[in-house]
Amino acid sequence: MKKESKVGKNIVFALLCFWTLVQIFPLYWMFTFSLKSNSEIFGENVIGLPKEWLWENYTAALTTGNMALYFMNSFIVTAGTIALTIIAALTATYALERMVWRGRKFANNMFMLGLTVPIHAAILPVFIMLRNLKMTNSYQALIIPYAAFALAMAILISSSFISGIPRELEEAACIDGASIYGIFWHIILPLMRPALSTIGIFVFLQAWNELMFAVIFISEAKYRTLSVGIQNLSGSYTTEWGPIGAALVIATFPVLILYAFMGKRIQESLVMGAVKG
Amino acid sequence: MDKVMKNKTAIILFMLPATVLFVSIIIVPIFMSGYYSLLDWDGMTEATFIGLDNYIGLFTSRSGGFVKSLRNAFILAGLSVTLQLGLALILALALAKGRKGERFFVTVFFIPVMISTVVIGQLWMKIYNPQYGLINMALRSMGLDNLTRTWLGDQDTALLAVFIPLLWQYVGYHMLLMYAGIKSIPTSLREAAKIDGATDNQISRYITIPLLKPVLQVCVIFAVVGSLKAFDMIYVLTNGGPAHASEVPSTLMVSRIFLRNQYGYGSSIAIMIIFLCFFFAVLIKKAFKTEVD
Repeated sequence: MKKESKVGKNIVFALLCFWTLVQIFPLYWMFTFSLKSNSEIFGENVIGLPKEWLWENYTAALTTGNMALYFMNSFIVTAGTIALTIIAALTATYALERMVWRGRKFANNMFMLGLTVPIHAAILPVFIMLRNLKMTNSYQALIIPYAAFALAMAILISSSFISGIPRELEEAACIDGASIYGIFWHIILPLMRPALSTIGIFVFLQAWNELMFAVIFISEAKYRTLSVGIQNLSGSYTTEWGPIGAALVIATFPVLILYAFMGKRIQESLVMGAVKG
Repeated sequence: MDKVMKNKTAIILFMLPATVLFVSIIIVPIFMSGYYSLLDWDGMTEATFIGLDNYIGLFTSRSGGFVKSLRNAFILAGLSVTLQLGLALILALALAKGRKGERFFVTVFFIPVMISTVVIGQLWMKIYNPQYGLINMALRSMGLDNLTRTWLGDQDTALLAVFIPLLWQYVGYHMLLMYAGIKSIPTSLREAAKIDGATDNQISRYITIPLLKPVLQVCVIFAVVGSLKAFDMIYVLTNGGPAHASEVPSTLMVSRIFLRNQYGYGSSIAIMIIFLCFFFAVLIKKAFKTEVD
């Protein structure tokens, strides 16, 4: 009896190791081919570590491949989206959760509808709006739609954090003569700091990786984000694999750094978001 | 206090940014899409109102490709719910029991979820490359030359070839949700069953999985709705080709609107996608509810 369960345990362990290999191997291959020449990738040395470490691939991707520019653009768009989402979500959440007015239940329900609406719904009308306002090919062409679609989740997250803040704090401040803006700025905002990182993680992953809006709303190379840039790069560098691999690694790097430092927190945030939504 | 909390100006000010964003980018565009879907319009010349003709065209025109794209989306949804969620559940059950290296495995399985779909798509494009890709090279080195194919360019394999990277990328996500769900079930329940002589499989079957229903519901909704609106991976790998073999509604919508300037027809696809997402989300919730009762 005992022996059998040990065999079972080993089988399960072998399965887990096998799946680890399946998940890691393509990524390992990506890292290694980003440093190889075509002749190594295409036959001499397909899956081994690079014999010659070709860092030139990275230089090529960053300069002639424009990855440095695209990286900057993705950074600006993502940072802008995070800032806009947080401002809009925190103020709205405070009004929705703590202030007293007719129609706030309805407003809340409307915002929660945003959790289910796919971005497809908006793409053509928003594109026409941007075109009429001459705003395609700009950072705000992405920041504003991204923030709008991130809003529902951000409000949901901040609501669950704000409900943990005791009302007595606001009452005390009120008695001391603080205005509503003072209460929000000096009492609520500092206590909402943990919500910020959760929202930030969500928005970062969405904005950094988004493709559909970025492909449609941006046609000039100057404003291209990483996801679109990589698409273009692989179209123009069809014969040389090394620089493409380098571009893929460059785009992945910030995410992996973030994951290395905040892995547990990211996992918790995503679980929380999924279960609540 | 009450007076402060009823400050009208403050309420308007606080609600303003979110409301403007939400109404102008989500609410108004949905209605506009609804209206466009009733038009025959190329975006430049005068539009003509044609009622429901676009919708009728979606389901009757063979060359339009919508029926095919819908079929593909349902195949992807079916594969996701069975293979992807099945694998995720096995991994979650195996890990949540508490074994050596548990955290390590969870962390590793989750890495692909973090990475951009464009990157994953480009990577798999290299893996599928007919000449130098890992798959065909491996097959050739094993002497199985007759099994090599142009995986993404072959009508028979394109859809499956698109599904595999999707499975590979998101198994970790579902595994994490289920794992967290299992961890939140009090261990005393499982221990009590164990003392009563239940085997591991029985514990999973009769205790863990039934208590995991709310999480499974979330996973099924994500898998189905995610397949209905899938875009990135397919756009990168095949853009719906060859000959609609891996077409899904979103790729069809984008190519109709932005390549062929069929604004009205494309909008009717957009409305169908929204409708199907809501419809299946509600349906799945209902199905889980009746099962619980």
